[in-house]
Amino acid sequence: MDQEKMLWIYRKMQEIRKFEERALLLFERNELRGSVHLYIGQEAVAATVCSHLRDTDYISSTHRGHGHCIAKGAELGPALAEMMGKATGYCLGRGGSMHIADVTKGNLGANAIVGGGVPIALGGALANQMRGTDDIAVAFFGDGATNEGIVHESMNLASVWNLPLIFVCENNLYGISTHTSQSTAVEDISVRAVAYDMPGETVDGNDVLSIDKAIVKAIERARSGGGPSLIECKTYRWQGHWTGDPQVYRTREEVKSWMEKCPIKRFEEYMVSKKIATEDELKKIEEEVIVQMDAAEKFALESPEPDPATVMDNVFCY
Amino acid sequence: MSKKSYSVAIRDVIAEEMSRDDRVFIIGEDIAEQGGIFGCTRGLLEQFGEERVRNTPISEAAMIGAGVGASISGMRPIVELMYMDFTFVAMDQILNQAAKIRYMYGGKATLPLVIRGQQGVGRGNAATHSQSVESIFMHFPGLKVVMPSNPGEAAGLLRTAIRDDNPVMFFEHKILYNTQGEVNDDPDFAIPFGEANIVQEGSDVTLIATSQYVNRCKAVAEKLKQDGISVELIDPRTLVPFDTETVIDSVKKTGRAVVVHEAHKTAGPGAEIAAMIMEEAFNYLDAPVLRLGAAACPLPFNLNLENAVVPQEADIESAIKKVLYK
Ligand SMILES: Cc1ncc(C[n+]2csc(CCOP(=O)(O)OP(=O)(O)O)c2C)c(N)n1
Ligand SMILES: [Mg+2]
Repeated sequence: MDQEKMLWIYRKMQEIRKFEERALLLFERNELRGSVHLYIGQEAVAATVCSHLRDTDYISSTHRGHGHCIAKGAELGPALAEMMGKATGYCLGRGGSMHIADVTKGNLGANAIVGGGVPIALGGALANQMRGTDDIAVAFFGDGATNEGIVHESMNLASVWNLPLIFVCENNLYGISTHTSQSTAVEDISVRAVAYDMPGETVDGNDVLSIDKAIVKAIERARSGGGPSLIECKTYRWQGHWTGDPQVYRTREEVKSWMEKCPIKRFEEYMVSKKIATEDELKKIEEEVIVQMDAAEKFALESPEPDPATVMDNVFCY
Repeated sequence: MSKKSYSVAIRDVIAEEMSRDDRVFIIGEDIAEQGGIFGCTRGLLEQFGEERVRNTPISEAAMIGAGVGASISGMRPIVELMYMDFTFVAMDQILNQAAKIRYMYGGKATLPLVIRGQQGVGRGNAATHSQSVESIFMHFPGLKVVMPSNPGEAAGLLRTAIRDDNPVMFFEHKILYNTQGEVNDDPDFAIPFGEANIVQEGSDVTLIATSQYVNRCKAVAEKLKQDGISVELIDPRTLVPFDTETVIDSVKKTGRAVVVHEAHKTAGPGAEIAAMIMEEAFNYLDAPVLRLGAAACPLPFNLNLENAVVPQEADIESAIKKVLYK
């Protein structure tokens, strides 16, 4: 990985972190409504995977989708505005936190239905294959989603049709309150790839370099017509499942031990030790992101509410 | 009688029925330690253990299918769906299997299955988590469709649902969970299906409302009283079976009817009810039956937009005035 890519990943991780922290603050101040699922702790996955994608590659995302959307090119202002239901949001205030999409950037959408986005990425991969380009698609999903039938149907079909699709599973140990040991027959979700005759690999999802190694391999395979792969990233969400989650299912110690494995801090330390960037340079990026985030917040707060007279627009598109 | 919230009323009936009948058990996502996202199974794990209070993976089709299979095998399962919108990922097991098996097997199997969960607007959950989906299940024969509007009803109807030998779709409403009401403490208190509740008697217009709209219509009726308009408010409580008699008797008395619900107006419950009134009481009508329901638009995230899509008190008021030519 070259220095430029590393700095891009670092900046994206910071953007996601600051965005999520700000969203939490705004939620607590009642500026945000609905259920907001924060991605804090998992930033390395979205940032590293998307660092290899073009605008013509597709992704589909999940209810915990802000990170994927930002890494795939969403601007912070319109993303936050969407979460506030503003007219300037990505979906004109219609979609909210769980439905941010931008097809012009290859983001086929966050998705509030667990597993619902996976076959949509499959369709994106199919479109790319049929057009004969070397563009690909990535489906992001959680550990919990892998127990939905549709995810298995999609894995089988991707393999049968040899589609340029990468299944990226973020195993953060829980689906809401349910630990994977209670819900999932395998410990490493990557072994499920065997059933669909595709490569499967488990990596440390808090380590940019491990994710990078796996994704580079999977992308080469997909772009060259080799077919689908499954990558499982073991990671952890720091916040509750959603804002307001009482978190009866885990201990403070467990959360703390994962916060010590912060993916951003870890990558920072790596870059400084390898002299890829100095602490000051990284600090400067962080500060730039804060300024960017302040502007995004101002934009979102000052944006108008959608006009109720327009509510029926786009039920069908003409 | 005890004062309880809607969610506690539901929880208590599940507990009472599980104590009464070993065959009753409950499965669902995050229902064990967590006690359900809306608290409707709080404490059940401690009381009955993990054999009968089972957390499932996120696998709605398998959960409901397991409920179908266990029920025709002699158990009496309750399947909790976190959102009734998720019936859509399990539709084959509900519509092709649960709804049809009793009939298709020549009546030789019972299918005592309750599929329950919450639905509706009010929490900013946007298009895929705010729908009212009951009319789909009215359309396909073989399912009972229940819409409790307050804690007392939730308790009485849920007990009937659990003791029924047929599949029952039990639609709770997310914004009703914290509402309080009187609940009958009799451990056999049950409200029969197919018996509407006349919430308030009146003589000028019949107002038929379901779920949270019963409360909202009560307020409208109260307000209209000051304008000298007497509203008869009817809560059908169950859409299948439907208490045609109570509604028709009322319409014969008032000569006018308005139906209000949160489900989409297009092919919604109101379409069925209005047609039924037209078929059975046409000669008594002094005005066309009016329907109010969500506009033909997916439910938007933004609150103002959401309010623009589902019926508001002012809409109900003007519909009533319209059938009265006022
Ligand atoms: C079909 C469906 N079932 C259930 C839910 C409710 N739900 C939302 S997120 C979630 C947990 C998802 O777990 P996982 O896939 O591991 O993602 P994570 O939240 O851990 O990122 C559940 C059960 C849903 N949105 N859709
Ligand atoms: Mg998870």
